Amino acid sequence: MKGICLALVMAAVLVGSAAGSSAGGSIDLVAYSTPKDAYGKIISAFQATVAGNGVSFNQSYAASGDQARAVAGGLPADIVALSLDPDINYLVQKNIVPKNWKSANKYHGVVSDSVVVFVVRDGNPKHITGWGDLVKPGIQVITPNPFTSGGARWNVMAAYGALRHSGKSDKQAIKYLYKLFHHVPVQPASARDALSVFAQGKGDVLLTYQNDAIYAEKKGVHTEYHVPKATILIETPVALTKSGLAKPAAKAFFKFLWSPAAQRAFGDQGYQPVVKSVAKSYRFYRPPGLFTIASKRYGLNGWPKVNRRFFDPKKGIMAAVERSLGH
Amino acid sequence: MGYLSVVVLLPLAALVWSSRSGGLAALWQEATRPEALAALKLTLGVAAVCALVNAVAGTGIAWVLVRDRFAGKSVVDSLIDLPFALPTIVAGLTLLALYGPSGPFGVDVGFTRLGLLLALLFVTLPFVVRAVQPVLLELDTEMEEAAASLGAGAFAIFRRIVFPNLLPAILSGVALAFARAVGEFGAVVLISGNIPFKTEVSSVYIFGQLQSGNGTGAAAVSVLLLAISLGVLLAIGAFRHWRTRHDRA
Repeated sequence: MKGICLALVMAAVLVGSAAGSSAGGSIDLVAYSTPKDAYGKIISAFQATVAGNGVSFNQSYAASGDQARAVAGGLPADIVALSLDPDINYLVQKNIVPKNWKSANKYHGVVSDSVVVFVVRDGNPKHITGWGDLVKPGIQVITPNPFTSGGARWNVMAAYGALRHSGKSDKQAIKYLYKLFHHVPVQPASARDALSVFAQGKGDVLLTYQNDAIYAEKKGVHTEYHVPKATILIETPVALTKSGLAKPAAKAFFKFLWSPAAQRAFGDQGYQPVVKSVAKSYRFYRPPGLFTIASKRYGLNGWPKVNRRFFDPKKGIMAAVERSLGH
Repeated sequence: MGYLSVVVLLPLAALVWSSRSGGLAALWQEATRPEALAALKLTLGVAAVCALVNAVAGTGIAWVLVRDRFAGKSVVDSLIDLPFALPTIVAGLTLLALYGPSGPFGVDVGFTRLGLLLALLFVTLPFVVRAVQPVLLELDTEMEEAAASLGAGAFAIFRRIVFPNLLPAILSGVALAFARAVGEFGAVVLISGNIPFKTEVSSVYIFGQLQSGNGTGAAAVSVLLLAISLGVLLAIGAFRHWRTRHDRA
């Protein structure tokens, strides 16, 4: 039954609200799938404000990469909320999102954050707490395929950065990635698929977002999660498109995402709010060795460089790692 | 013909057209990368096995549905089409729950090639059944009775009389099942495991290339897959045609 519930979540791709006949106009919100519940609450809260009174919403939720391509292909979008920067940068290339979207506010377009965590079986029978434990003999690690899933890219960079954090060289960290992927018996297509696979009993540890781990617990999947000593800060971006910038209602809603009410909605769903006044009441654990995708010290240097070096489907490091699985 | 052009030929032509953007050499290089070829081999192999199993099992089911009488027959008959109605992603998830690590039967074929085959068998079940059923209904039992009166055994009757009459229908069902198995995505994406060289099928590989912004790679593999499928379908069609004429002669 658990599995079937998850399937329904995955199958729920398009949810359109009633067409707007009101004075406030309508906003097209295109988002990746996991924050759907949070946005549902935020929209109701927004509609209760003066600025949001009478504004209607067309909401669409699906995998981040699919959404980016759909918008590039003509899906109307005033606000895009995706799982990682490269998906929004793709829309910048397509001339849909303005180049300077990151300077929209002091939060650089980031509404909430999370970290990569280890989800393990109840009681942690295999004693998995650190990155070194993942490559011990007999341990099975579940992580989505980094070429089909944006979430998996966070996992890979968390592993690489954590190794660098522990003093290993670039070469050693890459070698670790090879070792790690030989412990992966299944590479589901998306983070949600990976959660279903793990919930079905496959694997000893699942690499995923902290908010997804919290979601799983809420849905009754019997697991617990550990935050490794060093891990990556996952920042999920939101941007106004050019059409959104022309709509006062969309601009008001964009601003509303950083209001205490909206930030609390993210917090309630397991995302760490970024606005300080709200963040205080949702202190999700952050380990001492936390780093970001921009980390120069650990050789990451931001998404554009990471994407080219690690995830180029032909010449990337991960393409070579995947190829090595054939031998 | 115009309808066919708009609904089928136009999208296929667009796919082929989009694939040639990088030039033929790039296309060939993309389609023949080791992981792409491994996925292609697996896809075609599993689809072929799936089609064969369907040929036998589908004919058997059609036989039972037409020739046997039992309570609830019409219900079973309607059940046959259900795999078509179920969104394939739900089918994949349900099969994983059944045959996966925590399934109720204690068999764990999740994330293996056998699991992949089971998922494909599920979604392709109706093809052969629905192709054979009407032919079997039309088939005159007098021929079989005549053969029996001349002393032919049940097996001989089936082999000499029933099977040759059913073969064209079986073949068209098999062709449909094969084509569907080659292109299936939803039902297999969850249960196959997606490990390159081991359990990654072409549809999932293509999805990965698309997600990584390698449109040329995706189009190249799609076109190759289409070309091979077309070849197989044509071969089955030609064999059918030849058989039919051969019988008349």
